[in-house]
Amino acid sequence: MTAAILSALLGHWRRNPLQLFTLLAGLALGTALWSGVQAINAEARASYDAAAATLGEGSLMQITAPQGARIPQATYIALRRAGWNVSPVVEGDLATVRLIGLEPLTAPKGIGPGLMAKGGDLGAFVLGGGQIFGRAETLARLPATGAAQVIAADTAPNTAITDIGVAQRLLGRAGLIDRLLVAPEQPLNRKPLTEIAPDLVIEGPQQGSAVARLTDSFHLNLTAFGLLSFVVGLFIVHGAIGLAFEQRRVMVRTLRALGVPLRQLIALMVGELAAMALIAGMVGVALGYGVAAALLPDVAATLRGLYGADVSGQLAIRPAVWLSGLLVAMGGTAVAAAGALWSLAQMPLLASAQSQAWGAARQGRGLAVASVGLLAIAAAIAVWGQGLLAGFAMLGALLIGGALALPTLLRLVLRLGQAYARGPVAQWFWADTQAQVPGLALALMALLLAMAANVGVSTMVSSFRLTFTGFLDQRLASELYVRATDAAQAQAITGMVQDRVDAVLPILTLDFTVAGLPAQLYGARDHATYRDNWRFLRAVPGVWDALAQGEGVLVNEQLYRRADLDLGAEVVVAPGVSLPVLGIYGDYGNPVGQVIVTATLFHRLYPDVVALRFGLRLDRSGVAALTARLRDGLGLGDSALIDQAAIKALSLAVFDRTFVVTAALNILTLAVAGFAILMSLLTLAAMRLPQLAPVWALGLTRRRLAVLDLLRAVLLAALTGALALPLGLALAWALLAVVNVAAFGWRLPMYLFPLDYLRLGGLALLAAALAALWPAWRLARLPPAQLLGVFRHER
Amino acid sequence: MLLRLRDVTKTYPASETPVLRGVSFDVVAGEMLALTGESGSGKSTLLHLIGGLDTADGGVVALNGHDLTTLDDAGRAALRRGTVGVIFQQFNLIPALTVAANITFQARLAGRYDPAFAEAMVQRLGLGDHLRKYPEQLSGGQQQRVAIARTLAPRPQLVLADEPTGNLDEATADTVFALMCDLVAETGAGLILVTHSERLAARLGRRLHLRAGLLS
Repeated sequence: MTAAILSALLGHWRRNPLQLFTLLAGLALGTALWSGVQAINAEARASYDAAAATLGEGSLMQITAPQGARIPQATYIALRRAGWNVSPVVEGDLATVRLIGLEPLTAPKGIGPGLMAKGGDLGAFVLGGGQIFGRAETLARLPATGAAQVIAADTAPNTAITDIGVAQRLLGRAGLIDRLLVAPEQPLNRKPLTEIAPDLVIEGPQQGSAVARLTDSFHLNLTAFGLLSFVVGLFIVHGAIGLAFEQRRVMVRTLRALGVPLRQLIALMVGELAAMALIAGMVGVALGYGVAAALLPDVAATLRGLYGADVSGQLAIRPAVWLSGLLVAMGGTAVAAAGALWSLAQMPLLASAQSQAWGAARQGRGLAVASVGLLAIAAAIAVWGQGLLAGFAMLGALLIGGALALPTLLRLVLRLGQAYARGPVAQWFWADTQAQVPGLALALMALLLAMAANVGVSTMVSSFRLTFTGFLDQRLASELYVRATDAAQAQAITGMVQDRVDAVLPILTLDFTVAGLPAQLYGARDHATYRDNWRFLRAVPGVWDALAQGEGVLVNEQLYRRADLDLGAEVVVAPGVSLPVLGIYGDYGNPVGQVIVTATLFHRLYPDVVALRFGLRLDRSGVAALTARLRDGLGLGDSALIDQAAIKALSLAVFDRTFVVTAALNILTLAVAGFAILMSLLTLAAMRLPQLAPVWALGLTRRRLAVLDLLRAVLLAALTGALALPLGLALAWALLAVVNVAAFGWRLPMYLFPLDYLRLGGLALLAAALAALWPAWRLARLPPAQLLGVFRHER
Repeated sequence: MLLRLRDVTKTYPASETPVLRGVSFDVVAGEMLALTGESGSGKSTLLHLIGGLDTADGGVVALNGHDLTTLDDAGRAALRRGTVGVIFQQFNLIPALTVAANITFQARLAGRYDPAFAEAMVQRLGLGDHLRKYPEQLSGGQQQRVAIARTLAPRPQLVLADEPTGNLDEATADTVFALMCDLVAETGAGLILVTHSERLAARLGRRLHLRAGLLS
């Protein structure tokens, strides 16, 4: 019996191949974008994990010097002699490759890629020219080092590992160490760190790698985009399944009347859908790898530029990505089919099996009510909600509520159009367009979501770019930044530059805690550089004068939000010294709280801390010469000299790569929505004949009907676009003002980009017109016999 | 001569057997005739050719002396808008438009909308209370009255009615048929009625019978 039922069920797809294609393609496309993003994220995370594993960042405590200063080798030896089981690490860039120097004899177990176990030779590693490990593509980029190259595929991307002596030689850091890894087992009788090296600090193991945390927001955005694209795909699937099930009601009733148990029928339909989901899911994941391969170079460049994170440029086939893609495809199909299956299961045997109008108007009121409810929930969360979860709940409610509101709003606008229409064709056009809304609703909702996501994400990314570049202008006002390794070098630097620059702005800093939260205290000299460039989110009148007098502090937005430090709130800056907050400044991208006092006060509170970083104000034309002088005269490396203009140029270049990724995802999502419209129009084309035939019979040519159909698609897309704009802006606001604040502690100002929105609108219209072109062309060439068939079929 | 058909032939691409095998007859202005025949005899096809809904393979279909077989798609559409009116068995009203808009649709399309004439017809057909309704809210008889009003509103020269009462019960069919004939007569249009009903055919002045694509 099962074979007979299956044959009847599958017969529907054989007779409706377009419907089958729509279902499979919608699911595959949705899954493709989701899987593509997942493959990129998985690759990035694997790279972060590999990097973390190289240095044990995730599991080991580390000893470092404050302000990024270096540790003299003598201190390391003193620590070893005092019983500390520590291992030195030297780290730096060598011809764009991250070079790490380890000491294999003292390195804790599990550090590095198991060097010795994978072709390494301890003798060769530490003696002579040494050995250098890395991926083949990384090693190829290294200059001649004198060390033997050993390929180790599981090394972190863009990272090469060698003996510490070799690294010191190659990086020009003889006798200096960047940090010390602390082994988990330590002798109990070792002397305290404060006794041997009081200037060093010990840091606890990090939960996950620092890079992974920093890049979370980027990956979150990618994931959100992938999910949105998948939802857009689901709208197509939902439409196809809904239509197929409506059309199979007669068959279901007949089969049941012939004695097929309902449960068996439903089970077979579920099996049928599961098989389709599996096939479409596999195609989708495969396509997703294509999307990922196309986007990965730009994503990798963005991550490296923005966060200094190295991500492999090559994709690996990961079971987790396949599993996630297939599960998402199956789950999505289940969600899309649940309603149709439920309705079929509830259909009484003797009920009318007449196909209910697809997306019937009776559902319109229900949709409107659900939409109002969801939008009210979103508004309530915006006012009263707190936390990341609430932020995402608001996003979900906003987007789904907006999508569900679309049919009602479209009908209202179209009714208005009809009321003002003059002439019979115009009146029919508006009225008939209203009648098409239920059938096209799902595709238009998909377009709405795609466009809203475009507007929202573009606004967020562009606002971020604008804010961040403005922020760089404020914060990197000095033409050149210099970092010293110790107090002596700092003194040498100030001595050398004193007469060659307009101003030397020392940057004093130390780590401390505010209200139990880790923070950094900065001492800044009272100078026009700060007064002219810094902008506050909020500040008391005369903030700079009050700061210069030591009457208060400035805090960054993160600290203001986390510790609830509004203007006037007291901040303990030293034991027994607390000062009021005078101003709050934006500090985008910094995960840590900051407090700024005037340099004079800083010196008074912490006389032992010397400035190791300096901002130098000078004419831009003199930067290159001064850089060369500092490099040649004091042996400062590239990492100690930061050219403001170069950093800004790099930032803009990085943003441009980010835009490439965002634009590609935008276009892919729009393409999926365009596909949804095409499939809906093709499906509707056959169903619309009974509505078009009378109008044709009354004297409208097929060509004119086709043009009107094309116009209709463009009009609906335009109206959807008009509604997508406020929804997208609401989405952008939610991302910037709620999700970002909850996730990262700072709020980005929102800017509007009307030209971008116009361009997007143009793209959406083009997508809709392209989607409508084929069905319209087919209508224009439809044989009259087929239209006449409408009158015959109704006999 | 309002309509002249000479040796009209038609074969559908999917079929090898011709539907019409050389049909010839004339209709003078204001003449009402019934076209009868068994299912598949070619009645509806003939009506479609006269109405410019389809094209003949051979022969002449001339309306007011103009051969329809020489018209292109736009020419045939113009013919359907103003010169010929078709009443279908299934009414074929436009579901998206109200009754009022349906009635005036074709007249306005043809640029021959006469509000007073349309109003008079609405009253004659008893549709005054239904103008703001949509077709789906009307009974079959009411829908066919709307279809008749729509067809006659532009004052066509020839009305083609394809089983206009085929979907109605006998009493309603009689009422609708009488109203249609009266109104067609009042407008001075010619009428070709396709019907299976001997009773209705007998009430018209002339009758043609089609058998296997030929007049008998």
